[in-house]
Amino acid sequence: MSFVDLCPAFEKNADPFSDGVSLTIRGLARSFGSTKVLSGLDLDVPTGQFVAIVGRSGCGKSTLLRLIAGLDEPTEGRLRFAGKALARSGPSFGGPNLAGHSLVRVMFQEPRLLPWARVMANVEIGLGAVESSPQTRQRVIEALEAVGLAERAGEWPFVLSGGQKQRVALARALISRPQLLAFDEPLGALDALTRIEMQRLLERIWLRDRFTAILVTHDVMEALTLADRVLLIESGRVTLDLAVDLPRPRRRGSAELAQLEEGILDRLLGDEQFESCGSARSPRR
Amino acid sequence: MSTPTSTLAAPRPRRVSLLAGKLFKKLRRVGVLNWSLPILLLVVWQACSSFGYLTNNILPSPAAVALAGWKLALSGALVANVWVSFLRAMAGLIIGGAIGFAFGFANGLSDLSEKLTDTTLQMARNIPHLALIPLVILWFGIDEGAKLFLVALGVFFPIYLNTLHGIRNIDPQLVEMGRSYGLTPRELLRRVIFPGALPSILVGLRYALGIMWLTLIVAETIAAQSGIGYMAMQAREFMQTDIVVFSILIYAALGKVADATARLIEKTTLAWHPAYKR
Repeated sequence: MSFVDLCPAFEKNADPFSDGVSLTIRGLARSFGSTKVLSGLDLDVPTGQFVAIVGRSGCGKSTLLRLIAGLDEPTEGRLRFAGKALARSGPSFGGPNLAGHSLVRVMFQEPRLLPWARVMANVEIGLGAVESSPQTRQRVIEALEAVGLAERAGEWPFVLSGGQKQRVALARALISRPQLLAFDEPLGALDALTRIEMQRLLERIWLRDRFTAILVTHDVMEALTLADRVLLIESGRVTLDLAVDLPRPRRRGSAELAQLEEGILDRLLGDEQFESCGSARSPRR
Repeated sequence: MSTPTSTLAAPRPRRVSLLAGKLFKKLRRVGVLNWSLPILLLVVWQACSSFGYLTNNILPSPAAVALAGWKLALSGALVANVWVSFLRAMAGLIIGGAIGFAFGFANGLSDLSEKLTDTTLQMARNIPHLALIPLVILWFGIDEGAKLFLVALGVFFPIYLNTLHGIRNIDPQLVEMGRSYGLTPRELLRRVIFPGALPSILVGLRYALGIMWLTLIVAETIAAQSGIGYMAMQAREFMQTDIVVFSILIYAALGKVADATARLIEKTTLAWHPAYKR
């Protein structure tokens, strides 16, 4: 019995407007000084797809996520959401649009909660520059209910456990009903059990809201459990694009998943014999 | 059954020490421990005076000091002088603190502002502000302006430096989060940068409070026509050592009050900080 099963919020009807947005990337490149981290990357993500990006550390997957999330500028190439280029900063980017949705939200590797704001105020940050009002408070409570932490609304962040902090961060990301949610290894620092709970929570919330999801992870099994599609990035390019067409919820360790995992791991480890990844330093090919 | 005496004898000292420990804890809770040393010093001092080890024109007895304080309070001179000193201290703190805070904020946020002003400020910081007294007297005479200027100058630097330090040390990940979540620059300042810098700013305030009293004492002792320092200097002219000592004690008390106020502000505004929780 996990906290997810105890939350009535999941049974609520999904918001009809919280659909995802499609993402098109053409010729994307990013270099830091003379080192090319990404080069000539093309990618199409249809509306509402759950994409997982795996790869060795330093292969450019986090850089790609930061570019998608608007935290960084590409050196070359284009990023388009629903066919439109995007103002890369300012309230039109991070703030909610007319229908009350934000376009892109990021969930970081660290919870990044403001230590001086109570849980409630931290979740409210997700609405952007909005004055608090009874309506915003209602939305905060709903978002916290969705992650099973409504009763902790008045606490300071430092009393929460690592998993609870990440759930608050998830509530903060969800409250503006983003059309694309980017996850930068948000479960990396959690213990194994909390990780599995969080994966289930993510899946249920994604099934409810149907936003476009992009998850960067180093855990291949996590990618396979959650995603519709797994991308392998090596040396700044997509080298494997694998559709995972298995029914949900998927059982970790089922034969199909294990087989897929082995294939990806073989690829990742097999490459080691020919070239050490270190793609950030020496992007050959 | 072989060692009945030892088993019976053992608990006694433990119970005594337990009792002592309880008493100790209770005393600590009431706050007696904090004050036990000052009270002891007072008793020793009074005893020295009573038995003739200390003559009145070197150090008057605590009773004589208390009597002098009582007389001053009755005449109304005490309240008037303390009030004047308090107003000077606060005015200087507010003016100097506000300017220091403004510079700290500006230089913490803007590289241009820092490049323009920081070097100058760092040089000025190394001049002891009390060394300016002769110049200040030439500029302002012995009016209120002189004291205000000195106090404001004294409190400026700790508040400036600590505000700057606080803003520079804000977790950049939190700022990045705030930006990506669509906070406007004003909101970012209000929700992320100011609260993040506050612990450091309050440290600056506590330093500033100490410097504020120190500066005021010196300024009032050298040139003033009212205030606690003036009261002490006038008493010196007439060899009224009891009033001199009483004035010094008032400074100590005011310093303690200022520190307690700063602690209270810390406790209420930094409740989120595990280090201040208690």
